[in-house]
Amino acid sequence: MKRALVRYSPLLLLALAWEAATRLGFVSTLALPPLSDVLRAWGGLLAGGDLWINGAASLYRAGAGLALSIVVGGALGVAMAWWRPVNVLLGPLVEMFYPMPKSALIPVTALWLGFGDGSKILLIFLGCMLPVTLGAFNGARSSDQALVWSARSMGASRLRTLWDVVVPSALPELLNGIRTALALSFVLLVSSELIAARTGLGYLIGFLGEGGVYDAMFAVVLTVALLGFVADRVYQRLMRRVLQWRE
Amino acid sequence: MTGNSQIVIDRVSHVYRPPRGREVRALEDVSLEVRGREFVALLGPSGCGKSTLLYLIGGFLPTGTGTIRVDGEPVTRPGSDRGIVFQHFALFPWKTVRANVLYGLEKLGLSRAEREERARSFIDLVGLNGFEDSYPSQLSGGMKQRTAIARTLAIDPQILLMDEPFGALDAQTRSLMQTELLGIWQRSPKTVLFVTHDVQEAVYLAERVVVMSARPGRVKAIVDTNFDRNAPNLFKSKPFVEKVDEIWALVRDEALKAQRSEGH
Repeated sequence: MKRALVRYSPLLLLALAWEAATRLGFVSTLALPPLSDVLRAWGGLLAGGDLWINGAASLYRAGAGLALSIVVGGALGVAMAWWRPVNVLLGPLVEMFYPMPKSALIPVTALWLGFGDGSKILLIFLGCMLPVTLGAFNGARSSDQALVWSARSMGASRLRTLWDVVVPSALPELLNGIRTALALSFVLLVSSELIAARTGLGYLIGFLGEGGVYDAMFAVVLTVALLGFVADRVYQRLMRRVLQWRE
Repeated sequence: MTGNSQIVIDRVSHVYRPPRGREVRALEDVSLEVRGREFVALLGPSGCGKSTLLYLIGGFLPTGTGTIRVDGEPVTRPGSDRGIVFQHFALFPWKTVRANVLYGLEKLGLSRAEREERARSFIDLVGLNGFEDSYPSQLSGGMKQRTAIARTLAIDPQILLMDEPFGALDAQTRSLMQTELLGIWQRSPKTVLFVTHDVQEAVYLAERVVVMSARPGRVKAIVDTNFDRNAPNLFKSKPFVEKVDEIWALVRDEALKAQRSEGH
């Protein structure tokens, strides 16, 4: 508890500086509303239900897109490492699309699937898949030949070793890839909702901004930041648990 | 001796063809027969293909030229009749000692209680009780290799393939493990093929030592090395020392050849 307090004390200082700068008139309250106003607006959004409804829509999209990207991306990466033809076929495509800024796909998925959940899920799925694929591929490719052979000599079929040896060997890199994907999913979620949506936290930010309700807008921005932070923390915890054998 | 040979290697050659770079002739025209329950060491300079021969018998690599038969059947794939122990242990790092030993047992169709009992007895056998729930990363090299040996012995293979199993251990641990391996082999005899480049280890452990030539590996000589291994001061006894010297001379020629061909 005490350690956490010390650790996050810079955050507290920043909050104090924010409040002071706006109250003392160093910064226009139009550009940056005082933190206390933002917090009050945040309470209002929570009480009015806006934050819950839009938050739920956003989390559903991010969760579904991310889950798809993990399942498909992970399977693809392992398959590329295990069967050469798959790698020959898909390797160049992965390399080509990996560095592409995925936000460029926002209009594309909106064109295909409209302004609803589908276009966001597809966008997040496509955008988050490649880091997962590469993580799974690199992890699976580096799996130790002797481990595979050991499993085979203890009666495991070739396919069985894929699950028993290759996938666990790939896990550390795969989990790192998923962490990248997790951060990316927030970026893609908010930017796509800002541009092409009628619900969601990103949409709410845009909507409040256009209406000039800046304290509430800042409240939603802070919410998104908090959600991203918590998600990453929880994920790191989980990762440490899963990889406790590494020590 | 064809009648009671368990492993028959008949004019086997093997060429590695890496995706890039030159092909490597690892083995050339190797023939060897090993009796059931015999302890044979494969000795030779590094890169002479002795590990390759072991992997071929294990069924991990496809046999190109020649045939390998185990109990009369050609080897086409790995099987639990041939257990293997690697130099770098090849334990599943995400499994505990117990789970590593249980892995092979799960494929034998035993009941859960039987599996647990068998795992426990083999962990006992290699002296690792108290470490059942440790992960490999928490163990010393010697303990890792004990776990690997327990894991392989637990599924009771008729043939034990050992690929420089003590090569990664310090001298003291190695000597202890050698004695333990002999004890295990004397209690429950198995056919052992033991790859090493340590002459003294080969002479001490094996009943026959197969000396292989520098790359491409051929059988250069087969030397009988049957000593009373429980004799005190065996290592200092004259016949033992002479045998080591005799084999050393054979190996040294080949090591020099290997060095020259690598352009040192």
